[in-house]
Amino acid sequence: MTAISNDPSIYETPGINWRRQIRFGLIGALSTAFISLAGMPVGLDGRSIIQPVLSMGYLSLLWVPFVFASIAGSEVVLEGMAERQRSARDLWAGALVGLGSSGGVVLLMILIQNFDLRDPLVNWSPQLLELLSFDRSAAFGMVIWLVLGTFLGFLGGSMHVVPQKFRSATLTVCLSVFGVSVLETFLTDLLEGFGLEGLTDLVYYKRGGLEVLGAVAVAALALAVPLIAGPRVARVKTQVIEMPSEERRRVNLALLAVSAALLFVLPFFLGKITNELLANVGLFVLLALGLNIVVGLAGILDLGYVAFFAVGGYTTAVLTSPNSPGFSPELPWPVALIAVVILTGLVGLFIGAPVIRMRGDYLAIVTLGFGEIIRLLFLSDWLSGWFGGAQGITNIPGVNVGIATVKGTDPRSVFLLVLVFCGIAIYVSWRLENSRLGRAWMAIREDEDVAEAMGVNTTNTKLMAFVVGAVLASFSGAIFSAKVGSIFPTSFLMLVSIIILVVVIVGGMGNITGVIVGALVLIGVLGGPKQPGLLQEFSQFKLLIYGALLVWMMLKRPEGLVPNVRRTRELHQEEFLQDAWLKGEIDTDDQEGTA
Amino acid sequence: MTEKAVPLLEFRGVNTHYGAVHILKDVNLAIYPGELVCLLGGNASGKSTTLKTLLGMVTPTTGDVVLDGEIVTHQSTSYRVQRGVTMVPENRRLFKRLSVKENLELGAYLRSDRAGIANDMERIFELFPRVKERINQKSGTLSGGEQQMVAMGRALMSNPRVLLMDEPSMGLAPALVQANFELIQQIHSEGVAIFMVEQNANMALSIADRGWVLQTGKVVLDDDAEALLANPDLRASYLGEAD
Repeated sequence: MTAISNDPSIYETPGINWRRQIRFGLIGALSTAFISLAGMPVGLDGRSIIQPVLSMGYLSLLWVPFVFASIAGSEVVLEGMAERQRSARDLWAGALVGLGSSGGVVLLMILIQNFDLRDPLVNWSPQLLELLSFDRSAAFGMVIWLVLGTFLGFLGGSMHVVPQKFRSATLTVCLSVFGVSVLETFLTDLLEGFGLEGLTDLVYYKRGGLEVLGAVAVAALALAVPLIAGPRVARVKTQVIEMPSEERRRVNLALLAVSAALLFVLPFFLGKITNELLANVGLFVLLALGLNIVVGLAGILDLGYVAFFAVGGYTTAVLTSPNSPGFSPELPWPVALIAVVILTGLVGLFIGAPVIRMRGDYLAIVTLGFGEIIRLLFLSDWLSGWFGGAQGITNIPGVNVGIATVKGTDPRSVFLLVLVFCGIAIYVSWRLENSRLGRAWMAIREDEDVAEAMGVNTTNTKLMAFVVGAVLASFSGAIFSAKVGSIFPTSFLMLVSIIILVVVIVGGMGNITGVIVGALVLIGVLGGPKQPGLLQEFSQFKLLIYGALLVWMMLKRPEGLVPNVRRTRELHQEEFLQDAWLKGEIDTDDQEGTA
Repeated sequence: MTEKAVPLLEFRGVNTHYGAVHILKDVNLAIYPGELVCLLGGNASGKSTTLKTLLGMVTPTTGDVVLDGEIVTHQSTSYRVQRGVTMVPENRRLFKRLSVKENLELGAYLRSDRAGIANDMERIFELFPRVKERINQKSGTLSGGEQQMVAMGRALMSNPRVLLMDEPSMGLAPALVQANFELIQQIHSEGVAIFMVEQNANMALSIADRGWVLQTGKVVLDDDAEALLANPDLRASYLGEAD
């Protein structure tokens, strides 16, 4: 047996790393100053979270001391090493980080009072100072900030002192109150659909935000539900896991069918705005699923993906609109869709064929170029006889499906149509991922040369990914065109490509659920390139938040918001093996013997 | 040397160019079924190009690559893999984020006989019990020795008649190098011909039947392994004389 002592006394138990605390305090100070100067407190003040206590503007600063203190206090505990005994000093360490973070605000206030830098810094304004002073004197504001920051830091530090239960309870309460507040539009709409306006009036303030009592109720509910339902859910879960695989498959299928049915019923209980929002999310889910095949599975970094969206949209417009300038067959949408799929597939081949021979950075840059070329072609005077140039193509009819016409003026029908296509895209993605072709894509992503040596025809396989991705994007384009009713080159800026890519990366590359969650969070909550999300006030900070999220994800969770289940299992197995080894449960000298 | 009628894999006067640079100069090689042969040579002698040309990733300017009597000079890599040529790449190069199982399955990419694939998978588990233990683990997290096993297993999954090995001892701990050569011999004993490209001349020649020495793209020595081991020129050049 490998002898590894588990006696903690042989390891030195380290104290608090004060240098780390100070560093986090300084980063906190920089963050609060940066957020203030980016204009978030003033810009978001109109949106209230809990009326009248907390607005999104203040929250944009107040999360910093709490979160930074709690991050600064977290320590990686290695298996076999003694965990450091937490003490009251951890609270003071947290308070220090909090003090540092709010110190950034105070310093900024002093600077704003004494210097005028409004010329380069637009938000260096009296309004900011007023807001930071809580509409009283500056000195009052500074004291409040210092006290508040220290207190929040203290709380953040305490997260590591209190038992795990309290920690998760705090997290649940904060997230649920914030979530219910953010989802206000959606929830009011949904409850109204069920005729429960009374409930929303009770919880929400008239002009947005939760009532104080409403917030308390939400928090209480968030704590109570897991306590009551938790054990039961866990019991059902173990029951399902212990089922024979055949039966489990049936349960999963039934669950899937029920949730799909619910999803199709949902639009009928929602109002216009929410249906519109979800339809937009759906369009981006389609795009992201397509790009996920190209980037996530085949590893081809396509930065010009919007081109296929544009080709799909324009082809639909030309084929269906009576106002199409050059060629106007006025086909019904379903017939046009067939042409759209074929044409976009061909464009995918045409663009893909030269591009696919390149690799890595070169490929990314060339796709970026092609994406712009396609947009400029639609914009150009040269082809304006076909595509209308900057005037675009208008008067695109909706989709006639017999009983109703799917049109932008009826977002519910658009959402239903989008749902159908999302269903198709999800099924196709899922089948492809587990197919021979999917494995070949993953092999190319991992190591193209070796994939070739294994007999994979890399050129054709990569082209296939390009074409499948293009076709999925063209679905989105075709629906977009029918939904909006008119189409202009400005809908297909490079930014769209970037945003789709961010959705894929943040959600989790090569992961269908992740991509859907990514689209819901980014497009649904923050908003798309032109489509407003639930947090409309965020639209001017959208790109800032996208960027920050992207950087954070790359550093902390490169696998995305929803890591692949299979991968997680593998990782856990690995951790388990390591732990077992460290505890001396596996005899390393004789591993074959244990097999 | 017991010469069999038709060589399994053959170079007939192969010349390869990268642009204007002449890499392989009139190279003739022949690998017979069930043989274990090695190609020796220093850096930039054309060893990797030889492998790439054999596998069809590089097309020779003149000369022919012959596979089991059929000229395959202009055939694709997948065509040659299907006909029994597979490579174990230098430094193993597994598909790191895929599981061991997925790696093995990719080795059988061109095969469609499910029963045969399952059978070969079992054979590989017998050969490398350690691989079976790690079957669902991400291959990038394996140790160097285990990765080498998976790399060989992956190549065997295509049911090859000849296995091309690019520097099998590269990047392995000395203790593992020995074990690795034993594995190669074991695979060889199952009837697979092995063409090994190595810098570790002593080790390679100690298990090989025959060998060639490549120097700046030319075959300078072609002999039995024992004869090569005794060759004073070879000994000299592997004692550190630069060419």
